[in-house]
Amino acid sequence: MSSVDLIPPLLIVVPLLAATLPIALGLWFDRAGWPVAAVTTIGLFGAAVALASVVYADGQVTHTLGGYPRTYGIELVADQYSTLIALLVTGVAVGVLAYTRRGGPRGNTFYTAYLLLVGGLLGITMTGDVFNLFVFLEITSIATYALVASGDGPESAVAALKYLILGTVAASMYLIGVAFLLMATGTLNMIELATAIPAAERPTLIRTAFGFIVVGFAVKVAQWPLHTWQPSAYQQAPDGVTPIIAALVSTASAYAFGRLIVTVFGVDYLTAMPNAASIVLVVGCVSVLAGTVLAVIQTEVKRMLAYSSVSQFGLVIAAYGVVIGGNSGAAETALIGATVHLVGHGLLKAGLFLAAALVATSYGARTVDEYAGLAKHRPVVAGAMAVLLLSLVGVPPGVGFVGKWYIALGAVQSELWPVAGVIFLSTMLTLAYAARLLEKMYFTPSRAVSSPAGGPVATDGGSDGDGRDETAADGPGSDDTISAASSGGDPAAVSVGMVAVVVVAALCAVALGFAGGTFADLLEPFLTEVIR
Amino acid sequence: MIEMLASRYTYVLLFVLLGIGIYMVIASENLVKKLIGVNLFQTAIFLFFISMAYIDVEGASAPIVPHEANPGELLVASPLPQVIVLTAIVVGIALTAVGLALIIRIYAEYGTLREDTLREVRADE
Repeated sequence: MSSVDLIPPLLIVVPLLAATLPIALGLWFDRAGWPVAAVTTIGLFGAAVALASVVYADGQVTHTLGGYPRTYGIELVADQYSTLIALLVTGVAVGVLAYTRRGGPRGNTFYTAYLLLVGGLLGITMTGDVFNLFVFLEITSIATYALVASGDGPESAVAALKYLILGTVAASMYLIGVAFLLMATGTLNMIELATAIPAAERPTLIRTAFGFIVVGFAVKVAQWPLHTWQPSAYQQAPDGVTPIIAALVSTASAYAFGRLIVTVFGVDYLTAMPNAASIVLVVGCVSVLAGTVLAVIQTEVKRMLAYSSVSQFGLVIAAYGVVIGGNSGAAETALIGATVHLVGHGLLKAGLFLAAALVATSYGARTVDEYAGLAKHRPVVAGAMAVLLLSLVGVPPGVGFVGKWYIALGAVQSELWPVAGVIFLSTMLTLAYAARLLEKMYFTPSRAVSSPAGGPVATDGGSDGDGRDETAADGPGSDDTISAASSGGDPAAVSVGMVAVVVVAALCAVALGFAGGTFADLLEPFLTEVIR
Repeated sequence: MIEMLASRYTYVLLFVLLGIGIYMVIASENLVKKLIGVNLFQTAIFLFFISMAYIDVEGASAPIVPHEANPGELLVASPLPQVIVLTAIVVGIALTAVGLALIIRIYAEYGTLREDTLREVRADE
């Protein structure tokens, strides 16, 4: 057993150290980045699976860094809740690498930022210390800013700077919250805070801390009206980068927020705190509606999916509101819903953005109208995308349905009817934008305009010469590098691995939908511990 | 009210600094000034942490272990916030570096540091 508690620190240290390798090896080899990243992430995924097998069999695994006791030292905790997110992070990291082998931004520095991002995300999931959480949030954010800015055009730098300024202010807000917590209790460890907060002599400090933390995470998770950084960042990031950012960065922040609610503040304490539940509920519900409405009116596919993330994370935050404001049975159901939805949405968004990137590379389509006739020419990708979209809407047996079902069930059980109404309404609106895309893909014949050079068979990525230079340039700009590795055939054609990873994502979305009850079983020990 | 503010003057000053920082982020059109505003905002938080270490400990000195030759009883401030601030300063420096690198890139592409001009340039394209 002694070796198992080494896995949590290794999950964080290995990617951070491996991040130096692509640059160091880059002095001798031009293409050292991908093998290093692939070996590291596959190793991390294996370690996460090994950790999960222990955690779900025997309970949580803890490691105190350097042997310093809890109050001074930093503790890493892998419990049922965090291990699930660690599995998602490592799994998606492996999947996206399969895409970037041929499609994504190349260069050793990209893989350095990629590994830093993975290390930071795993740090967020594993840490048991609120200040350490801030440090890992910032490591993740810095890597994300660099990745967003790695797009070809100048627009991506503008998007990244906007993200940087908003994200830094948000993290600073969280840091103020941590300062107030430290002031009121004198400790930073999550477990110690859980006992110290209800006993604190000055509850006003704790309430102030909660306020600052809610605002900080509302920006990090992209909740309306603080979401403005997110669509431009997702849209301007390179095609290979958007899937991992969209699937993981906000998910890890939302996980951290949930961790602070259930473990640090405690559901009981927040239920007693005036207005805490209604603030979180209103933030979540408004984001759900605003995000879906904004998604419906978008014409660019990547931007539409970005706004859809605003609404889907709104659902998770609303579920946290139900956890605080609902009655005890409902709180448990809503927390299961929030967790399933976090994992499911991460997987779905990774698959959808990968599919969108694939279509853009092979078919040159970026707007909804340009998707016309996709199903005929790219049946596999279109089919996978259809499955992912339907799952996002919440059609059973997709994983999107399971999450929504549990959240709605929690809302109904605790008689929070407006929340239930918002969930059902948002499902309709989600169908509105998903159906628009499906209708274009399956029932609209392709127009000659969308691919002038020989229509259907044209696979060069630059076929839409309509001024979307920075992103469309991905295809032709990378031709010379691809042809070296390509095994004959069209240089800009997508590789089998790229298609396979999208199909695997779609299959996982359906399989996890069937496994909905398993989530509840896996989370059960954690739930009984944190909820009343 | 006045008395309470006077006895807590460090906090008043820190939150004034915090306000200046956030005002610069929101109101300044110059990207470099925006970034300086972010830095001021963070610095105010760091100072908040440090001043917090001395709270409830009247006349405490800096948390340095006394020399062996002079092992007298010594009242020291909590070292934890100071350690935290060291880490946070490093994070802040990294963020500033990334931000400045992005600003250099934006300046090279658009030839301006002002956000309003930038908006016009991008709208024209």
